[in-house]
Amino acid sequence: MSPVNPVNLPDPEQLAVRIMRGERAAVASGLNLLDNKLAEARNRSASLLASLTGERWLNDGHLIGVTGPPGAGKSSLVSAMIREWRLSGRTVGVLAVDPSSRPELGGGALLGDRIRIKNSSHDEGLFIRSLANRNQLGGVATEVWPMSWLLLACFDIVVIETVGVGQTEIDIAEIGDTVCYVAQPASGDTIQYLKSGIIEIPDIFAVNKSDLGAPARKTASEIGRSASRQDRRENWDYPVCLVSATMNTGIKPFHDHFDRHRKFLANAGLLDKLRIRHQSAWVMRLLKEEFGTFGLELAGGQTVIGERLRENRFNQFEEYERMRKHILSRFLSVNQPSSLTTKEHLDEQIIV
Amino acid sequence: MPAARKNRDQPWLMRTYSGHSSARASNALYRTNLAKGQTGLSVAFDLPTQTGYDADSPLARGEVGKVGVPISSIEDMDQLFDQIPLDQMNTSMTINATAAWLLSLYIGLAQRRGIDPTRLSGTTQNDIIKEYLSRGTYIYPPGPSMRLIADTINYTVRHVPKWNPTNICSYHLQEAGATPVQELAYALCTAMAVLDRVKASGEIASEAFPQVVERISFFVNAGIRFVEECCKLRAFGEMWDELTLSRYQVADPKLRRFRYGVQVNSLGLTEPQPENNVQRIVLEMMSVVLSKRARARAIQLPAWNEAMGLPRPWDQQWALRMQQVMAFETDLLEYDDILDGSPVIAAKVSELIEGAKREIENVEAQGGIIAAIESGYIKRELVGSHMNRLRAIESGDLKIIGVNCFQETAESPLTVGSDGAIMKTDPAAEREQIERLQAHRKNRNDAEVRAALQGLSDAARSGENIMPSSIRCALAGVSTGEWGDSLRAVFGEFRPPTGIDIAIDSREVLGKKDRVTDLRTRVASTGNALGRPLKLLVGKPGLDGHSNGAEQVAVKARDVGFEVVYDGIRLTPQQIAQAAQEEGVHMVGLSILSGSHMELVESVLQELRLRDLSNVPVIAGGIIPREDADKLVALGVRAVYTPKDFNLNAIMEDMVNVIRECNGLERFALPQ
Ligand code: B12
Ligand SMILES: Nc1nc2c(ncn2[C@@H]2O[C@H](COP(=O)(O)OP(=O)(O)OP(=O)(O)O)[C@@H](O)[C@H]2O)c(=O)[nH]1
Ligand SMILES: [Mg+2]
Repeated sequence: MSPVNPVNLPDPEQLAVRIMRGERAAVASGLNLLDNKLAEARNRSASLLASLTGERWLNDGHLIGVTGPPGAGKSSLVSAMIREWRLSGRTVGVLAVDPSSRPELGGGALLGDRIRIKNSSHDEGLFIRSLANRNQLGGVATEVWPMSWLLLACFDIVVIETVGVGQTEIDIAEIGDTVCYVAQPASGDTIQYLKSGIIEIPDIFAVNKSDLGAPARKTASEIGRSASRQDRRENWDYPVCLVSATMNTGIKPFHDHFDRHRKFLANAGLLDKLRIRHQSAWVMRLLKEEFGTFGLELAGGQTVIGERLRENRFNQFEEYERMRKHILSRFLSVNQPSSLTTKEHLDEQIIV
Repeated sequence: MPAARKNRDQPWLMRTYSGHSSARASNALYRTNLAKGQTGLSVAFDLPTQTGYDADSPLARGEVGKVGVPISSIEDMDQLFDQIPLDQMNTSMTINATAAWLLSLYIGLAQRRGIDPTRLSGTTQNDIIKEYLSRGTYIYPPGPSMRLIADTINYTVRHVPKWNPTNICSYHLQEAGATPVQELAYALCTAMAVLDRVKASGEIASEAFPQVVERISFFVNAGIRFVEECCKLRAFGEMWDELTLSRYQVADPKLRRFRYGVQVNSLGLTEPQPENNVQRIVLEMMSVVLSKRARARAIQLPAWNEAMGLPRPWDQQWALRMQQVMAFETDLLEYDDILDGSPVIAAKVSELIEGAKREIENVEAQGGIIAAIESGYIKRELVGSHMNRLRAIESGDLKIIGVNCFQETAESPLTVGSDGAIMKTDPAAEREQIERLQAHRKNRNDAEVRAALQGLSDAARSGENIMPSSIRCALAGVSTGEWGDSLRAVFGEFRPPTGIDIAIDSREVLGKKDRVTDLRTRVASTGNALGRPLKLLVGKPGLDGHSNGAEQVAVKARDVGFEVVYDGIRLTPQQIAQAAQEEGVHMVGLSILSGSHMELVESVLQELRLRDLSNVPVIAGGIIPREDADKLVALGVRAVYTPKDFNLNAIMEDMVNVIRECNGLERFALPQ
């Protein structure tokens, strides 16, 4: 079905094996594949994800989302935490998302988190992939979810750093086991955030730049007041930590909350439930991104898809792959040749 | 012809910035330069010495003795000044992060030769602030760097009173794109930060503080717009006078004088028709000598072949002769200030002062220069100014003769020689320096070395002045890398913001079709054909701090639609290859201006192969002589760009085509 394929695409099953062995080259090419929008790449991505499926995704690893206003120090804090994780021998994969310029301005991006996250020494136990959000709302790009899944297959900890959030950008809630909000002392953003009603998302709050003194303490106490709200999970205390990434103060206790939260989720039997729920939301979003509302209808509509995912909840990726194939075949019969392939070629032809 | 007037003014100090290969070779060069009438020395150090690494550190590979002299210990310092009487010489050292160390070696050497340090005169550049913004040889975070500057000032004011412990630099800011107003503002902000820090250290009694103020000198740039530049220097003088009086209460006007040395603009010196650089250099020199009230104390000039590579002794001699002709043949030094009383000049000076004051207030409101460096603000401003300059050259609004206009030329007899008309450093220098250092390590008293290093760490921790323990280290035979590492262990290291996250400039492209919009379509459609947006890694391997080219390539690539990863300067080939892998880029673009391109590019290619990435195309840019470019292409580099390739849009077009070719797509035709 696909035309002459200019890109060398890897074999998904073999790739999955190598990824689970933790081979860096395989991790990198797996991430490239998941990022690839060519029709054939999408097919292979779906099989790759299905092949990576196992018990692990429900119970193992720790998926952490870090969000907060631009410049709050998300990357710097992630860097400080990586030091702790690496000291305790755990491996870390990072997905760092930066904003893209508007499509009419070329859609380019400067991926600047990496320089803040990485220290200069060489480390085989750390893998950082930067991504542009490509103008999608939500602070994380659609590509992030499958990618974080891939990293979870081979790293102990997976951290996702979003672009600075505004009020509508709450997707991170649908990714992380643990979501951390990094607040900027004395900033209007944080106050906005507190008022906006999405305060329920983060599990851990960090007020960074505590070296600034009073403003940081003030912000911490404001957050502290709203953190303990009625609508929140029982038995979890929503800690508010005063930290300084640059002075490296308060990092250890802050860091310990992540392990504690993960234990809390596991003990309460919430971890797998959370992941299954996130998984479904993302499968839906991915299908919609690729095929539009019309595509979802071809697969039976949202309710039916939701049901099918619930039925096969331990293997949603397989289910996703099946549904994709189904929609694709329907598409082909409705609209010959595949609209996707045509679109790619049109783009190419505009300027050649 | 009338005889020259008797009471001519004294000319300025005449220097040439030099040093290469080894202490011995550089010493020979200095002695011939002095014999030619040069009146002071200006030492260029190699990058390992400037960044506190020993010659045998893996990070120094390929860089030892390349762009300056390697100084690994007091023995090298001794050889560098062999037969040069330290108490009669005025020595300027372009040294920053390791300034306290090189000064300690100089003082230690004087002591060893029985010379009283109070008789030493010279300058350590020692402005670490601008290293974060332009020059790139920083090591430690801003806090400890400020402290090292303050320590050297506090020490020399008392023990080496004729020394200029720091040279606040605006030179490098202009070389990174700064406008005259930015140069004025950021240099003066730096001076304030330094003086405030010294004051806060409490080591100097307040009656003696005016002497500290007097010891602060400046290192300034002068570009081709020489009238404006001349006004800038007058503005500097007026602003410094006012600032030292109002902020530091220096009553004696003599102590408030703006003392400065100069290197004229080199960013505007061109690779095509390089002989034109001679005119440029002479005109630029005019602006710093013309006005007696704002005349430079010391001048060093670049050479006509600046954009080609390192100058040979003859090239430097030519540059020295320009100064001598100006000072001794013209009647310039016979007059009082010839610009005083000109309303045109006065108006321009006030305009510059007003602009600079506004920007100083702006920086102060952000918490001062250090805060504005940490936040990335100033670096972004510089990258933005440089971007504007390059755009003006691209569009032809800024004319550069021989580059974007009047390109046709007869063949230059200057560039035909077999040496490529540049200086080649001794290829054996690195190996010999390593052997020399390793032999030296065997010859010293280990117990003394250990004790001296312990003293250094203790001082670093306790906050006591770093100089006495550093001088002890110098005398004990401690190496440059040992000094640097001991302080790294206490202070940590720092990487400043890259400044490339500037706003995209949309004015000229919105709704209009031009080369940029055309490029955006090409980049986007190539991305579509490959399945994901084009991703570019811009890499700066080695110790090279020249970031301008990399920054501008990164910014332009983002503007035409690439997703760009740029992690700043001074990365190892291994780090670059690893980033290329983790980031899954479509292309790696390396920028190298330090002359180590052969070694560095080869090892990046090697590291990429190790990671199965030999199919990712690599391109390179920088100061790369023709024959080396051919060798790099033979090694597998897809394209090599040098300063003559001033049009970034054309470079982008090429890059897209290279990516297409490497992925089995057809090249795009030339734009209409
Ligand atoms: C500006 C400048 C500086 C500035 C740098 C500011 C900064 N942050 O970049 C300052 C004043 C700090 C500086 C310092 C030094 N400099 Co200097 N500097 C220059 C100068 C004058 C211009 C370089 C430049 O920025 N050009 C503008 C940019 C846009 O051009 P470019 O980098 O060449 O890039 C273009 C192309 O080459 C290409 N390109 C470049 N990289 C890439 C990458 C990719 C991917 C692509 C596609 C294209 C591409 O595209 C660009 C567009 O046209 C050159 C001489 C000259 N005129 O070229 C000397 C020069 C490079 N410097 C030199 C030296 C020796 C030094 C020092 C090491 C001296 C010393 N001993 O201390 C110091 C230390 C710097 C350090 N830490 O490494 C030498 C290098 C000698 C050599 N290679 O053999 C030169 C050649 C001068 C000389 N003749 O002696 N320098
Ligand atoms: N004073 C102080 N500054 C900090 C601290 N942590 C980070 N910064 C500074 O804050 C700025 C932004 O830091 P980043 O880590 O890049 O912040 P970020 O939230 O990841 O930024 P974006 O990804 O661009 O949204 C940098 O200039 C840091 O040096 C801190 O603890 N104290
Ligand atoms: Mg960040």
